[in-house]
Parts: sequence; C-alpha cells; structure tokens
Amino acid sequence: MKVLNEISQALQNGDADLVTEKAQEAISQGISPSNILNDGLLKGMSIIGVKFKNNEVFVPEVLIAARAMHFGLNILKPILVNTGIKPFAKVVLGTVKGDLHDIGKNLVGMVMMGSGLEVIDVGIDVHEDKFIEAVKEHKPDILALSALLSTTMAEQKVVIDTLIKAGLRDTVKVMIGGAPVTEQYCRDIGADAYATDAISASEMARKLV
Amino acid sequence: MLIVGELINSSRSMIKEALEKMDSTLIQEIAQKQVEAGAHYIDVNCGTQVYNEPEIMTWLVKTISDKVSAPLCIDSPNPKVLEAGLSSINNNFQPMINSITAEAKKFSEVIPLVVEYKVKVIALCMDDRGMPKTTEDRLQIADKLVNDLVLAGVKEDDIHLDPLVQPVSFDSQAGVAVLETLLKLKELYPRVHKICGLSNVSFGLPTRKIINQTFMIQTMTAGMDSYILDPLDKKMMGFIYSSQALLGKDDFCMNYISAHRKGIYTE
Repeated sequence: MKVLNEISQALQNGDADLVTEKAQEAISQGISPSNILNDGLLKGMSIIGVKFKNNEVFVPEVLIAARAMHFGLNILKPILVNTGIKPFAKVVLGTVKGDLHDIGKNLVGMVMMGSGLEVIDVGIDVHEDKFIEAVKEHKPDILALSALLSTTMAEQKVVIDTLIKAGLRDTVKVMIGGAPVTEQYCRDIGADAYATDAISASEMARKLV
Repeated sequence: MLIVGELINSSRSMIKEALEKMDSTLIQEIAQKQVEAGAHYIDVNCGTQVYNEPEIMTWLVKTISDKVSAPLCIDSPNPKVLEAGLSSINNNFQPMINSITAEAKKFSEVIPLVVEYKVKVIALCMDDRGMPKTTEDRLQIADKLVNDLVLAGVKEDDIHLDPLVQPVSFDSQAGVAVLETLLKLKELYPRVHKICGLSNVSFGLPTRKIINQTFMIQTMTAGMDSYILDPLDKKMMGFIYSSQALLGKDDFCMNYISAHRKGIYTE
C-alpha cells in the first residue's frame, strides 16, 4: 500500500510531522493499526537498523528516526489499545550501582522506545534492590543493565544474583551492555543477551520476547 | 603541551592479543614508538581484564618501565589497580594517574595515592550527581575538585582537569559546552592544566578523524594544554605542532620546523 511505504520512507527521513500525517491518513483509509505499525513504522525502523550496521546512516539519523517513530506510535496507541492487541514488550532500563554514565543507556532507551517498546528508565547508580523493586512493580519482559566501567560491570552479576534470590529470575530476561562488557562476560554471569550498540539492543529485545 | 599516548589499552585487539601471549617485546615496542612520536606519557589501561586487572597492570607497568625511558599514566577506575600500577613503576619519572573524580567515595579512595606517590592527576569533572551536561555543571565540579585537591596538598601544576567530552551526535551542544568551560577555566585557574581525550566527541558520526582533529584545534585554542591521543597519528600530531606555533606557544616555531624535518607533514 502506497501510504505504508510513505510512512516507512518518512520515518527513515526522520520527518516526524509527515509520519504523523501519513499515519492519520492510513487510519482514515481503514488500514488496520497493526498493519500500519508492522508494514509502515517498524519496516522503516528496520531499514534504518540495517543501514546503521552498514555505516550508511549515523547516530543522529537513528535518533530522529526514533523520534519520528514515537510520533507515529502516539497516533496508533489509542487505537491499538482499543482493539485489544497485545501491548508492546516492556523494558526496565538502568545503569548499575556506582556507575553514573548515562549516554549509552539513554541512547538504548531512545531507540527501544522508537521501535515500539515500552521503556521504564530507572536512572543511573541504581542499587540492585531498586532493580528488584522495579521488576516487581512494572513486571517487565526485559531488564536491561548498563555498566561503563570495569569496576561496575560486576554489579550486573549482583543484580542477576539478587533476582535469583528473590525468585524472580524466570520472570524476566536480562540484557547487559556497556563498553567493557563482552559476550563471554554475558555467558559468565548468566545474562540472557548482550548487545554492542543501541540498535542491536533494541532488535535483541524484540527477539527475546 | 603534554601528550599522553593512548595505545596501550587492552580494549584494542593488538594489545589484547599481546596480553594473552604475555608478549613483552610487542608492548615495549608500542610504548617506545609512542615516545619517539612525541608522547610525553604512556597511558596504561587494562580495564577489559576484569578478573585480574591488578596483576595485568603490574605486569604491564614492569614490562614497560624496564625497557622504555618515559613516565607512565596508570589508567583505571579501580583504586586497587592504580596502586598496583604505581607501586610497580621501575623508573624515577613522576607518574600520572587517570583518574580521580568528585564522586565522594572515589575521591576519598584515590586521594591518598595521589599524595603518597606525588603523581600528576587527571581529574574528571563528574560527581555523585552524574555526568555534567552544561558549562555550569562542569565549572561547579571543577571548582570543587581544584579546591579539594589543593587542600590535600596537590600542586596546581600537577592537576589536569578533564571537562568530560561527550558525543556531539547525541547532543548538538556537547562540543560548545566543553569550549565554553575551557574559556572560563582559563580565567579561574590559569595554573591548572586541562586535558581530554578526543574520540568521544565523534562517537556515532562518519569520518571521525576529521571531527577529532577539528575539536583538538578548537579546544587548544580555548585553553586545552594536554591530550590523550594516538601519537602515531601523523595528521593529528602535525596539527598539534602547527596549532602550538599559531597560538604563540612555540618559540621561533622550532617545534613546528623540527616536526617538518622529521617528515610528519609528508604524505
């Protein structure tokens, strides 16, 4: 459908206003909201993801595409909720205790939100007990832990161990990321997934649920 | 101008492999090459060695200081690793550490090392509230750091403030915030040095080298007088010498001329 392609294209161009306009147009044409989401918005976002990995588009372009996605979702959300379609996966995201770095975490949060995930950002320097509280309160599908220092990445393990103790480990998938973190470390500490950048993190999150 | 050579870092694949094989020759070679290329300090960072960082730091520091005649910059967020490095140095140069911050716990753990080993210290403008966003945030933290360091007996000349460079791809104002901070710091603390790394600023953008080089020239103009960088990058080093000459920091342009004679400007 022409209008869906236009949505995808406008999203790739980061044109939030045009995405809004075209999403409304698609609705008035009677196209189903899940169709608009999957074949318009998410299609555009996944093209951006591929281009990002190929170094054809860059972080600022990902950010404005994510913003455009957000505008589109705001049009769709009320209708999606009314039609009883399963809500988007929920992510609790934060930087671990003793670590104040927020840029990487914010980038991940913005791209995740941009790809339709519901993101609850619990901030920086987050104590393991606060992560547990957030898991209990929000019942997320995914807990995403950021650590930028070799001294704080051990806290990612602390959070996972605390989840196990609280009997909550099976209720949530754990993703980790941050400069010193590796795939090997992810396996060592029993996390479910590791991502190297915001786009991969967002794709990984969608795959995990 | 003070250049800290950044190549001995375990996050680089070449160093990672050298560490796996305990290849002391390669480590010494990379350190020596950086000195010959104009580095005044050799940064030593093994932050990716999460399970035995202090032991690896000790080995690296001994390996380098046995053979290479240059001061070292011990680089770790972990005070135990800083101490392991400082206590293993096998030469009489004044060491540097990277880094202290204004986070209360971090400051109290690192300051005894700064005092005991009489080091030069890189002081990051961040505190318990997190990373600074605005010029005001940075100035407030810089003020606290300089005061607390001086109070502990550190000479202003041994302090290198790092205003914390953040990616301009993520926040369009990130570059200018650093430049404004530098201009203010020059007025407020003329005797305190200012240092930064150059690769953060270009994160997420294409052709990063151009952004890094441009930012070096801009920050130097605004008062930066030390950098953590790759001294084997001839273009970058070439711009360092030409910028110094143009800013009146190179008497009779002799450093610029000798850089030319060393072939730095030949493609």
